[in-house]
Amino acid sequence: MKLSGWGRYPQADCVVLRPRAIKDLKDALAQGPVIARGMGRAYGDSALNKRATIDMARFNHMLAFDPVSGLLTVEAGVVLGDIIEVFLPRGWFPPVTPGTKFVTVGGMIAADVHGKNHHKHGSFGNFVEWLDVLGPDGEIRRCARAENNDLLAYTIGGMGLTGIILRVAFRMQPVATAWIRQETRPAANLAAAMAAFDAADEWTYSVAWIDCLSRGDQLGRSLLLLGEHAREDELDAERRGTPFSTPRKRKLNVPLDAPTWALNKWSVRAFNQLFYRNGVRASGQSLVDWESYFYPLDGVGNWNRIYGRRGFAQFQCVIPLANSQAGISALLREISGSGQGSFLAVLKRFGRQDSRFSFPMAGYTLALDFPVNPTTLSLLEKLDQITIEHGGRFYLAKDARMKRGTMEQADDRTAAFRTMREKTGVAPAFTSMQSDRLSL
Amino acid sequence: MTKRPVLILGGGSDIGLAIARRFAAESYPIQLAARRPDELEPERADIALRHGVEVTLHRFDALEIEQIEAFFDNLPDTPGVVVCAVGLLGDQAEAEGNPRHARLVAETNFIGPMCALECAAARLAKLNEETAIIGISSVAGDRGRAVNYWYGASKAALTAALSGMGQCYAGSKLHVMTVKPGFVATKMTAGLDLPGALVADPAKLANLVYASFLKKTYTVTPLIWRLIMLIIKNIPEGIFRKFKRNSKHRVAQL
Ligand SMILES: Cc1cc2nc3c(=O)[nH]c(=O)nc-3n(C[C@H](O)[C@H](O)[C@H](O)COP(=O)(O)OP(=O)(O)OC[C@H]3O[C@@H](n4cnc5c(N)ncnc54)[C@H](O)[C@@H]3O)c2cc1C
Ligand SMILES: NC(=O)c1ccc[n+]([C@@H]2O[C@H](COP(=O)([O-])OP(=O)(O)OC[C@H]3O[C@@H](n4cnc5c(N)ncnc54)[C@H](OP(=O)(O)O)[C@@H]3O)[C@@H](O)[C@H]2O)c1
Repeated sequence: MKLSGWGRYPQADCVVLRPRAIKDLKDALAQGPVIARGMGRAYGDSALNKRATIDMARFNHMLAFDPVSGLLTVEAGVVLGDIIEVFLPRGWFPPVTPGTKFVTVGGMIAADVHGKNHHKHGSFGNFVEWLDVLGPDGEIRRCARAENNDLLAYTIGGMGLTGIILRVAFRMQPVATAWIRQETRPAANLAAAMAAFDAADEWTYSVAWIDCLSRGDQLGRSLLLLGEHAREDELDAERRGTPFSTPRKRKLNVPLDAPTWALNKWSVRAFNQLFYRNGVRASGQSLVDWESYFYPLDGVGNWNRIYGRRGFAQFQCVIPLANSQAGISALLREISGSGQGSFLAVLKRFGRQDSRFSFPMAGYTLALDFPVNPTTLSLLEKLDQITIEHGGRFYLAKDARMKRGTMEQADDRTAAFRTMREKTGVAPAFTSMQSDRLSL
Repeated sequence: MTKRPVLILGGGSDIGLAIARRFAAESYPIQLAARRPDELEPERADIALRHGVEVTLHRFDALEIEQIEAFFDNLPDTPGVVVCAVGLLGDQAEAEGNPRHARLVAETNFIGPMCALECAAARLAKLNEETAIIGISSVAGDRGRAVNYWYGASKAALTAALSGMGQCYAGSKLHVMTVKPGFVATKMTAGLDLPGALVADPAKLANLVYASFLKKTYTVTPLIWRLIMLIIKNIPEGIFRKFKRNSKHRVAQL
């Protein structure tokens, strides 16, 4: 069937298997290379394999929970939104969450996802106690700090290329309410935004929406959104008795592909203008429910369709701290000059991270969407170059189009990853269109 | 007051599990009974965690009819609702040539389940509380067709038996309900070439079963299948016989 990532670019005809049992997985492995797929929320071709894409949806059992330590054991196909639905009313929240709850735990580990708390808590992999991986030989290996540590380290952030993650135990965090105390701080330009991130280092959650079309001394104009899990005594009196109940959301849906002209320089510019103005007006503190705070886009079903039939590509890079200001400025100048910006871009400060193949490193990350067309594709190549010149690298979960050489130039861990793949025998067993494209 | 558990015979069946989840969502404890209960540990843990109810596993083989009293004796709690989802589509061609297979189909769909439900009914009625038996039969029992008449005939027997049992316990606090699903996407139908639009999701069927349980419906069939079967049942035999096996007229295979 026709399959793609969330960006709907590229699309490919893939054989999709929906196994129920470990035995079915082993049978599939014996037939040739496969790739595991969760909810398909990676933007590009990370979870596509024409010969055999393995949909993990049926491995979706929650297996154990320890209400003292918060250790949750699940099968890899369990969806984050289900975890929140079950555990938030009991006072537990995922330790790290991406900007959508429609991801699987397996996908979160394979991409080693980061959230708005990366500067404080690091990526999801930090909270993994152990995981079980099905290897190319059909053996299941328990990986923890004390056993099979290499496999653990490479599987976290390994984009499904080390084996199929079957089960995972990770630590949840206790929370007192389902509400976030949010503070909005406008920043007039990039320097101000970065200073604001520094000043807000103590906040658990921080992220900035950045207007990519502003220029000159407004370049990098942003709204910094800070958040803390609210305590019960911070809620309004009438909510205090029921700290975990939040208003039910009505879900909107984008039923059709938008025509390609719907998103143009002017509509985006007008939208960004409005967003910034409203943000400035509304700046200050407010209480926001968890869904609106963490997953604003999940309220609009199929929003990926607003980019039209040809799909869209996301660009996400991280630039090391020393070069962050120069690098992000250069990227923003290129983007605003081209007039091809997306609705909004996201800017975020990362904390330190040392891992074998995960994306984050201490610095700033910038993420934005582009409709796919020849102009934006060539712009993206320029952005790649700027990133490399500033010592940055790219997020594979967002990538759909990078060239092999670009990856190698940007990430000196690539060769070691490839060697590991060959040495351990996983290379011929687990391949995606992305791993083929990048020769991983 | 804590609820009595819901017992699912054929606890590993996709329809049975979907029904278990639906009741668990209403805070009913669950008992899953299956031939290989150990394999159901992930299901047990998952239902228990998601819904915060107690879920237990029990060994049960519908063909071991001499063991049925002992099976019920050994349950930790007497259930208040007993669902039977045991079934075997079998292989029609095999059943035609091999009486052993024919007997297996008949026993798995009719004798085994009905003996278990008789035993359950006697015990539930004795509780003198609001209780229910939910037997999963099939629209296949509404008219025998070339594609699967051994299966269909066994389901017809089950439907008839449940109807009789319902009459027998009328006036008691035990409600007997027959469910006749159409196509449902489960292990049983995996690999069959069925018209996609007519194949229901087990969770959807479970919603219907639960709503009907609350309303104390006698027989539950999805609306579309009531219409389809109305037509199929009324096709005159002469025309009916002209429909060839495996031709396009495979509607209502189950
Ligand atoms: C709206 C939106 C917002 C997002 N925000 C963020 C964010 O803030 N931070 C962030 O880090 N990411 C973010 N992402 C990206 C997303 O979190 C990752 O792409 C994640 O991997 C998606 O999980 P999935 O279950 O959909 O996996 P898929 O997209 O199906 O697969 C992604 C990768 O995981 C592998 N994989 C999946 N399951 C398994 C398994 N069981 N075993 C082995 N490998 C497996 C696949 O092979 C593939 O390489 C966002 C995505 C969207 C659409
Ligand atoms: N799917 C449909 O389209 C459809 C339509 C109409 C009616 N139905 C009926 O719905 C019921 C549930 O079926 P399903 O669709 O959920 O398919 P299923 O998953 O194949 O369920 C059938 C179950 O019966 C169990 N079983 C078979 N023989 C048994 C025995 N001797 N003792 C105990 N358990 C036994 C099987 O257990 P094991 O795991 O041990 O094999 C299996 O769990 C069946 O009665 C079926 O006839 C299904």
